[in-house]
Amino acid sequence: MIKRKLEELFIKILMILATILVVGSFFLIVGTIFSKGLPYMTWDMITKIPGGGFYIGKEGGVLNAIIGSLYVAGGATVSGLIISIPVAIFINMYLSGKNFITDVLRTVFDVLFGIPSIVYGAFGFLIMVYFGLRASLLGGIIAVTLLVIPLLVRTLDEVIRTVPGELRDAALSLGSTRWETAKVVLRQIRPGIFTAILLSFGRGIGDVASVLFTAGFSDNIPTSLHEPAATLPLAIFFQLGSPVEEVQGRAYASALILTIVVLIITVLSEILIKKFSKHKI
Amino acid sequence: MQLRLIKDKIISKLMLVFTLASVSLVIIIGVGLYYRSLPVLNNSSWGQLLSSSVWKPMKGLFGFYPFIMGTLWVTAISIIIALPLCLLTSFYLSEYAHTRVKRILIPFVNLLSGIPPVIFGVWGVLFIVPLVQNHIAPHFVEYSTGYSVLAGGLVLAVMIFPLIVSIVNEVLNTIPQELKDASLALGATKWETIKKVTIRKALPGIVAATVLAISRAFGETIAVLMVCGNNAIVPHSVFDTGYPLPALIANNYGEMMSIPLYDSALMFAALLLFIIILLFNVISRIILNRLERNLAG
Repeated sequence: MIKRKLEELFIKILMILATILVVGSFFLIVGTIFSKGLPYMTWDMITKIPGGGFYIGKEGGVLNAIIGSLYVAGGATVSGLIISIPVAIFINMYLSGKNFITDVLRTVFDVLFGIPSIVYGAFGFLIMVYFGLRASLLGGIIAVTLLVIPLLVRTLDEVIRTVPGELRDAALSLGSTRWETAKVVLRQIRPGIFTAILLSFGRGIGDVASVLFTAGFSDNIPTSLHEPAATLPLAIFFQLGSPVEEVQGRAYASALILTIVVLIITVLSEILIKKFSKHKI
Repeated sequence: MQLRLIKDKIISKLMLVFTLASVSLVIIIGVGLYYRSLPVLNNSSWGQLLSSSVWKPMKGLFGFYPFIMGTLWVTAISIIIALPLCLLTSFYLSEYAHTRVKRILIPFVNLLSGIPPVIFGVWGVLFIVPLVQNHIAPHFVEYSTGYSVLAGGLVLAVMIFPLIVSIVNEVLNTIPQELKDASLALGATKWETIKKVTIRKALPGIVAATVLAISRAFGETIAVLMVCGNNAIVPHSVFDTGYPLPALIANNYGEMMSIPLYDSALMFAALLLFIIILLFNVISRIILNRLERNLAG
């Protein structure tokens, strides 16, 4: 009898320790990045592009990479939405009732979601070689678009499924076509679309492996789609490899910038998801 | 009236095209990568490429064995570390923790999943590598720089925490409360209930979560590249350096166009990753979808 109670206690303590470790790892990571990055954080970091001799520790900042990342993640999210909203609507409105097909489609998007970004990067590179493009903002946007489509489709699909079937039936029985009904549904899921945008933006801004081959790197802010663009994660990666202490410090500061941006995005989307599920009927 | 119907028809056709295009991405990626790796496949057979450990791109010798072993080592280490911790955490969150505690803790797990790979890499360099070098390795080997498959496995383990915890949590939520109540009512402790009822019922879901986590760890690139040391040798202990497949691709994209067959070999590496991960993903998704359907039906 006592042995059972002891086992229960022992396991419970183990569980609590494991939980502390798993949840604590988040604080450990953010804490490490903050404590290392803050001393190197200057106003110049986020307002200037790299000056001459930036990579041996002279002045400048990573504004080029910040803007580049915003362009890549923003462009990919917009083009991803253009493709995935119709797909999510098609699966839910036009294929409703054909359970086997929708199951297969959903599984395919789940599988696509699991494909690592390095494979999307390599494939994006193939596309660029095929069309004779050089590493550029456009290339980066194409690769990241491929990367975020599965995420967008799955998120939108989940959101559309929360819309009560009665609403759809009501619209359809009043004589709306399926497209007109879809417009009603789209209006219902507006916060959900916003969540999807945030998730996709967060994934796009943080990913390295997909832009490594495709977006290139440049010290200037790109002014057209055909110019190479620096991205924040790549800037961190390159600067960290430098033997110069000052440059490494900038890598920590850049990591801090990226962490803050991503945390804000994630917190916002968490809040939105919560709000959204609260109003669910 | 007619116009509205035509509009509906056109839009439905357009959507069909978009859907087919994005779904066929799976096939297009596979075919594209296979096509680009043909030159190296014509040069040597699958068996040779997978089993040879000679990596001399300049001489046209591409042996992927060290890279495959590197990937397997880091993946295995990460799963061995992460799985027990995540299972304990999930059981705690779903069976023991007060709702209020749960509501505070789960968002942090989600936040962890939002952190980009490169940040994990920086953290690995700043925290895990010194940890391995100064506090773990000295107990076992004479000297280690800290850049090792163990460091890669540790970083990966933290990266897959949120994935395993969230899926297992969802699976645990699908287990009927009546089953657990019955066991508890017979006098079993909570842990006995978990051990004898919950785990048995949740096993397929736990397996699926593990397989997903393996495939995630398999394909992770930049974080692993930053802490593994990247030597093209087969690791023999956890303190050896390793060179996983994704790191190989990412590290050599610059020079691959200047050496014949090199780009083809790297595309073959991408193809390998793609095939393995595709298989793992399909298996785990089929299990998970079946679970979901059982619950609905």
